[in-house]
Amino acid sequence: MSLKRVVITGMGAVSPYGIGVENLISNLIKGKSAVQSLQKNRDTESLKSKVVAIVQGIDPKEIPRKYRRSMSNMSIYAVIATREALQQSILSKEALNSEKVGVAISSTIGSAETIQKFFEGFVNDHNFEKMRTSLFFQIMNHTCAANVAQYFGIKGRILSPSAACATSCQALGYAYEMIAFGKQDIMICGGADEYHPIFTGTFDVMNAASTKYNDKPILTPRPFDKNRDGIVCGEGSGIIVIESLESAIARSAKIFAEVVGFATVSDTSSIANPDSYAVELCMKEALKDANISPDEIDYVNAHATATIQGDISEGQAIYRLFGENIKVSSLKGHIGHTMAASGSLEIIATICMMNKNILIPTLNLEDEDTECGNFKYIKQLEEAKIKFSLKNNFALGGINASVVLRRYDND
Amino acid sequence: MTEKEIVAIINKVLCDEFELDLDKMKPEALIYEDLGLDSLDRVDMVIVLEGVFNFKIREEESIRKIRTLGEIHKFVISKITMILC
Repeated sequence: MSLKRVVITGMGAVSPYGIGVENLISNLIKGKSAVQSLQKNRDTESLKSKVVAIVQGIDPKEIPRKYRRSMSNMSIYAVIATREALQQSILSKEALNSEKVGVAISSTIGSAETIQKFFEGFVNDHNFEKMRTSLFFQIMNHTCAANVAQYFGIKGRILSPSAACATSCQALGYAYEMIAFGKQDIMICGGADEYHPIFTGTFDVMNAASTKYNDKPILTPRPFDKNRDGIVCGEGSGIIVIESLESAIARSAKIFAEVVGFATVSDTSSIANPDSYAVELCMKEALKDANISPDEIDYVNAHATATIQGDISEGQAIYRLFGENIKVSSLKGHIGHTMAASGSLEIIATICMMNKNILIPTLNLEDEDTECGNFKYIKQLEEAKIKFSLKNNFALGGINASVVLRRYDND
Repeated sequence: MTEKEIVAIINKVLCDEFELDLDKMKPEALIYEDLGLDSLDRVDMVIVLEGVFNFKIREEESIRKIRTLGEIHKFVISKITMILC
């Protein structure tokens, strides 16, 4: 059975910089940090980490209440990002509403804020009578996928592969396989998350959240830097439209890149700490799927969240597989860790880099930690023609995912 | 509480809950067609009214037959009158 080639024809972003892919890429190029101080309130008081990368400038009311009532912020971000991706893909309404178009979008968990609101009442009287009908639709695990499908009238497959920080990398990968196998023509895929203090709290208790830069938020996180001290939690949504090459050509769609490889593996050495060899295995499997060798990869967009152990595990794996000349950067220094959105937002940024012939350096990387690998780190904006790039994402739970992208030059 | 006050409270809470325009809150307004609500909203409307007026109406057969805003006004007024009696 011959597999179909899969290409990217639309991208949309809601990032800590605000709405839009252009907004995302222009601020990344400028080297602007989206990290800020965490708002002080009862829920954040006990946190040691007081830094965050949150989305601003969104007006939820631009979505009619009929649809919005079942959405928390993560679904609102996903809908806004999807709208941009669909505008870019120039899909007709008729094509969009075909059963051959599906959705693969997920989040780390359902809306923590909605769960909190419900339990604040429930713990007092243990009564469900005050529970609004829309509540479940905001806390279910497939809330983003279902809300996007409802809003845009998507009638094909709905997939919601929740895998924390690897969510949107997996969503893209599984969607790519569905198209390659001819099960769907077009998939709208990616991830979304909304900030809640539980995210910072989770990394705080594991001593994996950044705490030393609370007074200077823009100096953290610091991927691959000797003075890194952990994750800065963020939020947003990255949405990517992918389709078979024949579908894209038939409707004369603009092609931004090709998805040529995907792998996801389970790291059973620990549910929390990434093993370097499991990271390497994942990248190797993705290269095998792409049918290319390590020396064909020009750029690795690392997961690198700026935790002490995570950056070492990933960096050493990249170093072993690709050697010292590989170009590597992480975008977490700019936009923090946008959780389930991080894979797709960073894939979008990687595609923009490929199309603009540039490489964006890691923000806040000043003093390289050679324990992460003795690379020639990208220290400033570089010009580079990238044919193949590899994107990594790793998640709590021992879930690794890698995607291989190929430049598309009408070939 | 006068009937006029009850009507004003109902209109306000429904406007707040369902983002409705107060100008559209006419007694003859059809709940589905004119106010744009649906079956899920209808359930939430009962929850809102129970919370505001501190009564239980969700199991009552007559609530299911209501079609207009005016019928909601009448239903709530009659329920409150019954409780006070």
